[in-house]
Amino acid sequence: MTDKDEEKVATAARLFDVRTVIGGLFLIYGLIVTLIGLFDGETELDKAEGVRINLWMGLGMLALGLLMLLWLKLNPPGPPRDPDVEDELPPDERAARES
Amino acid sequence: MDGLRLDVSFVDYLILTIYFVTVLGVGFAARRAIKSSADFFLSGRSMPAWVTGLAFISANLGALEVIGMSANGAEYGMMTVHYFWIGAVPAMVFLGIVMMPFYYGSKVRSVPEFLRLRFNRPTHLFNALSFAVAQVLIAGVNLYALSLILQALLGWPLWLSIVVGAAIVLAYITLGGLSSAIYNEVLQFFVIVAGLLPITIIGLVKVGGIDGLFDKVRQSPLGEAGLHTWADTGGTDNPLGAHWIGIVFGLGFVLSFGYWTTNFAEVQRALSAKDMNAARRTSIIGAFPKLLVPAITIIPGLIALVTIQGLGAEEGDLIYNNAIPLLMRDLLPNGVLGVAVTGLVASFMAGMAANVSGFNTVFTYDIWQTYVRRHRSDGYYLRVGRIATIAGIVVGIGTAFIAAGFSNIMNYIQALFSLFNAPLFATFIVGMFWKRMSAWAGFWSLLLGFLASLTLYILHLTEVVHFNSDLEESFWGAGLAFVTAVVVALIVTPFTPGKRDDELRGLVYGLGGPTTSGEVIIASEKVWWRNPVLLGFIALALAVLLYIPVW
Repeated sequence: MTDKDEEKVATAARLFDVRTVIGGLFLIYGLIVTLIGLFDGETELDKAEGVRINLWMGLGMLALGLLMLLWLKLNPPGPPRDPDVEDELPPDERAARES
Repeated sequence: MDGLRLDVSFVDYLILTIYFVTVLGVGFAARRAIKSSADFFLSGRSMPAWVTGLAFISANLGALEVIGMSANGAEYGMMTVHYFWIGAVPAMVFLGIVMMPFYYGSKVRSVPEFLRLRFNRPTHLFNALSFAVAQVLIAGVNLYALSLILQALLGWPLWLSIVVGAAIVLAYITLGGLSSAIYNEVLQFFVIVAGLLPITIIGLVKVGGIDGLFDKVRQSPLGEAGLHTWADTGGTDNPLGAHWIGIVFGLGFVLSFGYWTTNFAEVQRALSAKDMNAARRTSIIGAFPKLLVPAITIIPGLIALVTIQGLGAEEGDLIYNNAIPLLMRDLLPNGVLGVAVTGLVASFMAGMAANVSGFNTVFTYDIWQTYVRRHRSDGYYLRVGRIATIAGIVVGIGTAFIAAGFSNIMNYIQALFSLFNAPLFATFIVGMFWKRMSAWAGFWSLLLGFLASLTLYILHLTEVVHFNSDLEESFWGAGLAFVTAVVVALIVTPFTPGKRDDELRGLVYGLGGPTTSGEVIIASEKVWWRNPVLLGFIALALAVLLYIPVW
């Protein structure tokens, strides 16, 4: 396998990591809902018992999205492994690989 | 049903649309990763534990659960937490600590396949067929419930929601198999929480915090009894009408162990984990969110009870099942409203996807590959799996329209399904720990246990035998099925040939096998936060602690 192929596989694995999906979706949701929250008027506030719920939930979702992406950045997915080989590893080495 | 119609705006539809696009995108991305049938059916056994754990809990956190448990919260009060705590956590911990080494260690691809190895083909076929039929039926019920809620909330016609829901699930499962089902379940977990949390927050502000809520519940028809879980269970004079023995053994043992430890739609999530330890931690990690789900289901149920005048009507808009939709209408402004609608839609679709992905695996591996066309190429079975997915969803649409003809079919299917799981659990637990249990004993245990509970259920429907509620019947039916299955196993085994020890290695406790000895099960992992046994006991301790304030 050439370097370029490996790079491609790594990119695909990162794109297909569930943290990318959650992070991306919540980033977008967070932005939309926070923006709405900034412009909420009297009617919206009355309905929500005076809580700026859109603003708070928007910021919350934004934080979750960023956290997921940060986690992905700090701990990127390893190369695809052969699960049968994995089972043969002693527990210590497996633990080392996981962390 | 104009009364339930939400005031949805462009933004809410935008949020829903973004979700649909994401789900389909995951399907396309997953398709590129699929090279073999194991990738399609088991995600190539590559998932980390936190992903399978959240998927495990999410496959169960369908909208039927969200809607149903908030309705129960409004109707029965805090006793509903029994379904989450004693009725789920011990079984999930047991699955992870004791049973998963047998499932994952034997490399089976499905729960029926374990039965084939441990017992014989008739046992296997009986279980595979009944599971496949039940999954398609339940997928249809999910689809029907989705279309009902979309009709009520958004005004979509029934047929349109059924077709849209089915098309999206079809697309992402056919493309991405179990990987896309699991990814979407994890995604759905976060969207549901984000959708329901605002209801709890605004609702609690409205009623004056948790103290205010409890004060108001005391003044409601439910009264003080609605705030206790065990205090009144010395007799049956409590909101649930259940004695503590029934709660502990009926719900906490037979029903819940039957559901959580043998239902393949759940166990499949753990089988897709990347290694044994991740598989074992799957259900235990799932237990932690399960402990907290009452905060976004039962609490809103109670809030609905004290804030919505006339909730609890026999029919119309004010039935208990509408507790969450009514609160969404009353409390959520546009924006978070869109997230809440998306959460509900997501949970219906994920519930259906869990059923469909369980169905296509069992159909392909356990029925088609074992009994119809053997020894074909892997690519052949991958195609069969995709066709089975399409067929399963088409039949599901058919059953959705049948379900539309019944008023209370959800109760019936749930009861039938849970009764079916009880004899299966008995057969499993005896077969795993008693190596002499014979192959035919497995078959007869399963069949007669099932027939025993079915008979009691029919007697209940025809009112020959009288029970206080459907719930009480399901406790007794499950108990009867369990006892029947165990007794049949004890009677049949001496008269039929047993299996040789070397056939049972890794399948039965005490027969060697690298993964199923006592020491391996208990020791397993040194790092404490990766140790299934320790994590399991933390989950159990938390369940006990959580019970204390609502004793």
